[in-house]
Formats: sequence, C-alpha cells, structure tokens
Amino acid sequence: MTSQLLSLAIWVPIFGALVVFAAGSAKNLARWAALLVALASFAVTLPLYLGFDATQAGMQFVEQRPWIPRFNVEYFLGIDGISMLFILLNSFITILVVIAGWEVIEEKVSQYMGAFLIMSGLMNGIFSALDGVLFYVFFEASLIPMYIIIGVWGGPNRVYAAFKFFLYTLLGSLLMLIALIYLFLQSGGSFNMLEWHQLRIEMTPQILIFLAFLVAFAVKVPMWPVHTWLPDAHVEAPTGGSVVLAAIMLKLGAYGFLRFSLPIAPDASHYLAPLMITLSLIAVIYIGFVALVQADMKKLIAYSSISHMGFVTLGFFIFNAIGVEGALVVMISHGFVSAAMFLCVGVMYDRMHSRQIADYGGVVNSMPKFAAFFMLFSMANAGLPATSGFVGEFMVALGAIKYNFWIGFAAATTLILGAAYTLWMYKRVVFGAVANSHVAELTDINNREFLILALLAFCVLAMGIYPYPFTDVMHASVDNLLKHVAVSKL
Amino acid sequence: MLKNFLTPDLYPALPEIFLLTMACVILLVDVFLDRAQRWITAALTLITLIGCALITYQTMDGQVVLTFSNMFVDDLLGDFLKLMIYLSVIVVVIYSRDYLVARQLDKGEYYLLVLFATLGMMVMVSAAHFLTIYLGLELLSLSLYALVAIDRDSPRATEAAMKYFVLGSLASGLLLYGMSMVYGATGTLEIGGVSQALHLGVANKTVLVFGLVFIVSGIAFKLGAVPFHMWVPDVYQGAPTPITLLISSAPKLAAFAIAMRMLVYGMLEIAEHWQQMLMILAVLSIALGNLAAIAQTNLKRMLAYSAISHMGFMLLGLMSGTVSADPRYALNAYSSSLYYVVAYVIMSLGSFGMILLMSRAGYEAEHLEDFKGLNQRSPWFAAVMMALMFSMAGVPFFVGFFAKFSVLLAAIDAGHIAVAIFAVMFSLIGAFYYLRIVKLMYFDAPVDAAPIVASHDMRFLLSLNGAAVVLFGIFPDTLMSLCTYALLRSL
Repeated sequence: MTSQLLSLAIWVPIFGALVVFAAGSAKNLARWAALLVALASFAVTLPLYLGFDATQAGMQFVEQRPWIPRFNVEYFLGIDGISMLFILLNSFITILVVIAGWEVIEEKVSQYMGAFLIMSGLMNGIFSALDGVLFYVFFEASLIPMYIIIGVWGGPNRVYAAFKFFLYTLLGSLLMLIALIYLFLQSGGSFNMLEWHQLRIEMTPQILIFLAFLVAFAVKVPMWPVHTWLPDAHVEAPTGGSVVLAAIMLKLGAYGFLRFSLPIAPDASHYLAPLMITLSLIAVIYIGFVALVQADMKKLIAYSSISHMGFVTLGFFIFNAIGVEGALVVMISHGFVSAAMFLCVGVMYDRMHSRQIADYGGVVNSMPKFAAFFMLFSMANAGLPATSGFVGEFMVALGAIKYNFWIGFAAATTLILGAAYTLWMYKRVVFGAVANSHVAELTDINNREFLILALLAFCVLAMGIYPYPFTDVMHASVDNLLKHVAVSKL
Repeated sequence: MLKNFLTPDLYPALPEIFLLTMACVILLVDVFLDRAQRWITAALTLITLIGCALITYQTMDGQVVLTFSNMFVDDLLGDFLKLMIYLSVIVVVIYSRDYLVARQLDKGEYYLLVLFATLGMMVMVSAAHFLTIYLGLELLSLSLYALVAIDRDSPRATEAAMKYFVLGSLASGLLLYGMSMVYGATGTLEIGGVSQALHLGVANKTVLVFGLVFIVSGIAFKLGAVPFHMWVPDVYQGAPTPITLLISSAPKLAAFAIAMRMLVYGMLEIAEHWQQMLMILAVLSIALGNLAAIAQTNLKRMLAYSAISHMGFMLLGLMSGTVSADPRYALNAYSSSLYYVVAYVIMSLGSFGMILLMSRAGYEAEHLEDFKGLNQRSPWFAAVMMALMFSMAGVPFFVGFFAKFSVLLAAIDAGHIAVAIFAVMFSLIGAFYYLRIVKLMYFDAPVDAAPIVASHDMRFLLSLNGAAVVLFGIFPDTLMSLCTYALLRSL
C-alpha cells in the first residue's frame, strides 16, 4: 500500500511557505497564514502516529517512485519507530516557533515565517528519506533557511555565526557525499539505503565510510571537538532559530548515526566504539563544566545541549536496547526541554534585551508565572524524576552501567553537572534580591507566551510520568537495528 | 578540372548556411537604419537565431552525417549543443539590449559580431576535421576580440581586448602547432582518420603525444583552465558586461565540443595521456579558481575566477571516462561533463543577467557592494540571485548540485577518489564567496535605494532563468538524459 502522508508532511509546509511569501509586507496576513500552514502540517503528521503499527520493525508509510532514473535515484520515503517521533516533534515545534515569533518579529515577517516552514518541510524530508541522494539533498538544503534565519534576524555577530554554521556543516556533508557515491558504486548502482544495510563491505572501506559519516554527523550533533559552531549559532540566532536548531537540527546528526553509520558499517562501529564513547564522555563531562561557567544564558543552554547530545551518542555506541532507546528518549525529551529553555530565555530577552545572567536577579518577584514554568523546564533539563529529562538519561545510564560500570559512572555525573549548571543559573536569574530597576519593571508572560510554555510543560510532564507511548513505538525498530548491527558484514 | 568537383551535401550544414545568409542580409539592412530603428536589427537577429533553432530541430534525425569531404559532421551531439548555443545567445541578446541602448553601444556591429561568433561556435561544434575546428575557433575568437573592444572609448575594455587578442592568438598558434604534429604523426587531419590511424597502430605516438600537449593547452586556454587562465579575469572584468555575458556562456559549450571532438572522438586511444593532462588542469583550476575568487571585490572578476573553478569541475568529468571498462560508464563521464557545461551556462547567464539588471545608465553594478540589501529593494530578484549563488556553490535543490554530483560520481567511478575529495574541499572554500553575495543581499542594509529599472522581457526572462535553475535542480533527469542520449547517438 502506498501512502501519500509523508509527501504531505514534507510538501505542505514548503508549498505553504510559498503562500506565506506571497503575503509580502502584510504582516498579520503572513502570521495567520503561517500559523494555518503550521497547523495543517502538524495535522497531516498525526495519522503517522495514529496509524503506526508498533509491532512492525520495517518501514511504514512507504512511498517509492523513480526520481532520477539516470542514476537510479528514487523518491523513496518511509518511516520506522526511530524516525516517526521526530517528524511529529518537528511539526509540533514549528507551530510553537510560529507563535513565538508572532509579535517579536516585526521585520520581513513573511520571509521569517516562510523560512521556518520551508525548514520544517525539509527536515521532515531528512527523517523520512530512504534514498541516499534524497537524504543528502534534504540534509544540505536545510542549511539554506537556517543560514538566512541566523543572518537576517540574528544578533549583532550574526554574520560570523551564520557563515560558521553553514561552512562547518557543509564540510561534513561534502565528505558524506563522497561516501554516498562510493556506496552507490559498491552496491552496483543503488542509492537505496535499505539495500545498503545488507551490503557486505571490507573492514578498511567500512572504517573509511564510518569516518566520512562521522565527520558529517559529528558536526551536526555536535560532538566535541567540532562543536564550536553551536554556541555561536545559538547565541546569534533569533529565539525561533535557536529552538529549531536545538530541538530538531541537532537530532539530525544523531539520527544519521542510526540510519547510516551503525547499519552500514557495523564492524567499524564496534571497532571504533571506544573512540565514540570517549568523545561522548568528553562532551558529557567537559562540556558540562564549560556550561557551568557561562555568563550568557543562551550559551549555557547551548553547551548543555552539547552535553545532552553526548549522552545520546553514548547511548548509541554501547549497543544495547536500553541504551539506544534511552538515547532516543533523550533526543525527544531534549527536543521539548531545549525548545522550552530557549523560549524562556527569549521571553526574558524580549523584555530586557540582555541574555547575561548578571543582568538578572529576582525575576520571580515581577514574573511569578514565568518563574514557575522556567523552574519546571530547568528541573527537566537537570533530569529530575517525573520530567521527561529523567527517563532517557536514566535509561542510558543504566545501559552504560551494563556495558561497563565506569563508563556508566562517568556518564551519570551528568545528572550532577546538569543540575549544577541549570539550577545555579536558575537561582541567579530568578531568585535573590531584585537586581535592578529593569527587572522590577518586568511584566509577566502574556497569553501567547503562556500558551506556548503550557503546551511544552504538558509534553515534558506527560513524557516524564508516562513515557510508554513514546518508547512503545520504537521497541521493534530498535531491536531490529541492534540485531542487524550485531551481525558482522565482513 | 571541374570534372572532379562534386557539390557537397549541403543539407547537414543548413543552419550554418541560413545563419550566414541572414547575417549578410542584416549587414545590408542595418546600413539603412538609424539609431531609433536599431530594434529592427535586434529583432532580425533574434529571428535568425530562432530560425536556426527551428532548422536544427527539424533536421535533427539522430544520424551521423559527414559532408564537405568529411570535414563537417552533423550528429545529435552537435545538434544538441547548437540548440543550447542558440538559446544562450538569444538570452544574451535580450539581456544585453537595455544596457547597450543606455550606453549607446547598440550598434549594428554588435549584432553582426554576435551572429558571426555564433556561426563560429556552430562550426566548432560540427567540426569533423582539425582545420574546421581551427576555422570555427578563429571566427569565434576574432568576433569576440572585436566585441570586447566595442566600447572603444573605454581604456579598460581596450586593454582587455588587447590582452585577449594577444593571448588568444598565442593559444591558436599552439593549437595549430599541435595539429601539425598530429598531421605529421598520422598523416591526416580528419578526426575519424586520426582515430583510425591510432587504432591501426600506424601513428607515430611520440610525435602525437607531443602534439597532444599543444592541443590540450589550446583547449585549456579556450576554456580558461589554469595555468592558461590569465586572460579570464581581465577580460571578464574589462569587457562591457553584455560581452562578458556572451563570453562566459555559449563559447564554453563550443569549447567543450572541440575538446570532445579532438580528444574523445579523435584520440581516445591515447586517453591515458590526455587524461593525466586534464587532471592537472582540473585540480589546478579548482584550487586556484576558488581561492582567488575569495579575494575579489569586483563581482565580474569574482565570477571569472568562479568560471575557472567550474571549468575545472567540467574537466574532472572529461578526464574520468574509462577507456577499457564498460563503455556505459565512460559515457557517464562525458555526459556528466556535458551536463556540467550546460548547467554552468544556465547559471552564468543568470548571474551576469543579474549584473545587467542592476546596472542602469551611467552606473555599473559590478561591485559586490552594489548587491547590498537587494532583498529590501526587490525580494524576487534577490531570491533569483540567491538561487543562482547556491546553485553555483553546489547546494541542492539547484541545478549546480546535480552537475557537481554527476561529475563527482564519474570521477569516483574512475577511481579518482583523492581528486574527488580534493575537489569537494575546494568547493567548500568556494561556498564562502557565494555565501558572501547572499549575505550582502539579505543581511545588509541597502546603500542604494533606487528602484530597479528594467524592461519587462528582461525581467521575465531572468525570472525564467532563475526558475530553470530551481526546476532543473528538482527534476534533473530530463536534462541529464538528454545529454547522455545526445552523446550516445553520436559515437
């Protein structure tokens, strides 16, 4: 049975964006049109969850038709338990981004909204592409809207950040392109990713392929030491840009490991696992300390993201089900939490035009409602039980201890470090004496902001208390993947 | 005497004959027109080109037909390239009109020289004999030298023309010298004859390879590949923009054609030799073109270096045809190269078209700064330029990506992984200067708030050009298959 749902998930936001562009300088029209498109795009992704068969490990909602017959490239879409949730998360976050930019963005509104919608569609494409070229095309095309978003609506140092973001990511993806072409020739002329999973490859080429993919995905994740673009991009990007960057874009790299590196080069993955685990632990611990000393809230959350993503890559490379599932849960949870954290900083920035922790203090006195939300999200970021942050981190830590006690021990320090940097920031910003007259004059969140934060708070709590609907859909696919990875392809 | 004279079959050369006749007619008509009536010349020029296109299209039958004592060939590759040449010259003429009128450069000579240059390209494309190649090349080159100097009061243009002429003549000399060696080695100048002589093993290979060096140098000069690129930045910058537009588009197709004819059709047997030479040219062009482009502040000069690097990529495809292995894959390499040139011509037309669009009477928008804040002045054309720049940088969903993709695929298939990695790393460096244009248009505030004045046909055509860059990027298969098919039927 072919289904058009995935195509809709990709093209509704993209064609919707063209409509939004047509609104031109009519600001309100652009806003409402964008909201409508975002809601419609989310609506078309809902059947993907509702109609998903969790007992099946293979690809569902498959669409396959020739695209470039000359090179046997196909328009081949499909999702499994690993990718399905990200499409929903992405479409959901896009709605929030549109609402979050409602009053804040005053210049070139239609272009702002359109860029986010296009990006949303492209990212759905990345998560559902099962053809190497199709994946690559979406993967690289998604750089363009982000480059524009950071560069046009970003902070004072936006040009530097936008260039760094684009060139860093392009560096990685170009090497991946070489690997994709190599796989095409090795497989006798196929770009079908599922066929690549069955392909036998010698050890040396496997390692080279793994490394080429590693460069592409490590930059995107980002893993230490190629993470330096992220703090710059986050600090300079507008709130919406930071949200999408943290909630969705970082997941692309991690997703790539699961879709390409592990199944295509399983032997190389096992062989290089110590390297990956070491890099992950450095990200978790060292970057955790780096986060501790940040004076800029956005930078702090950016480093916290890198640290969390270290947890994700750690979960992948310990090769047990609980680790991989935990990592996926961390990814989803981090999608909600980091989005919420950046939105919280955005709320304050819109009022004070500062992100420096030192400029704040005693915010709770003037913004009690906001402080409550911010508290919840900070706790979730620190991994407090009953929030979504806990579930995944606990699972990964458990998996890591199974693999090796000391690795698990080192990884678990994130629970302490995460609590330290997040709660210390929270304390300095929200509690204490009112720092200055600007803080005293702050107004609490309005209904629009309340709506966004409440939606996210609901997700964070729901996932923390009852994670079953999230983990249930991924069991079969993760088991299948691990079974596949356990078999040598030499 | 006349007993041995046979009238050659003129039918395959019908488009050339038609163009030459019409050029003579226009030459006469134009004498009786004053400046206000010059549009008649322009219209006649366009009609001629469209007529050529119709004739070429009508007489296209997929057969390889030789005529004029095997000096001239009519095949599908030639027809395809000719159609692309007409199309790009038509675009050139329409883009250039406003600019030329505003600067009183729309003389009759312009149109005639463009037509003669087109004729030269057509002869090059259809050449089946080394001398025919030389003939076409000289007709093209001489027309272009004169065109560069068409604004005779501009010292910069005159200097560029002089440089172009001197270096171009040198290159022609090299090519001719190389041809004489080929004649010495094989005893024939017919491309098919050379190929046969090589095949039968009767050719003196030492002399032939020696001649090959000169031939490759000549081709490299015409393409503008390093180290024969010195004229490119100066001519691109010095020539009036419409002439740069012309030089940067259709002649690349013709240069590709003669490279195909001489190297692939004529000397495939000694491919290992010329492939090595092309690899050196490709690697150097990609490296130098991308690095030097970063330092430019003049957009025309920047695009000149960018053209050098693009020609490097094109050569990457041309050098990757494997001789011994599956001919299907060898064809892949040449067709990727052809596809690259076609894609490049589309992008180049658009980019220089944008410069022409931004220029107006007494004002040349050829500096990078002139594109500042274009998004606020005209979101639509900013988007067109953005598509062009990302396409040149090789980012999907634009035509430039699939051009790079197919060339890289051919190169890796031929075992040149290291060269392919080298090429993509330099295209990463190249991405920087294309991004800079996007940055200027989108991130910066405009310095010049004047509205963009341009005729409707130009706006329409430029929009179409931008749309082509996107459409061929989303649906690349048609153009790719056309390129392959044309090559397949012409072997």
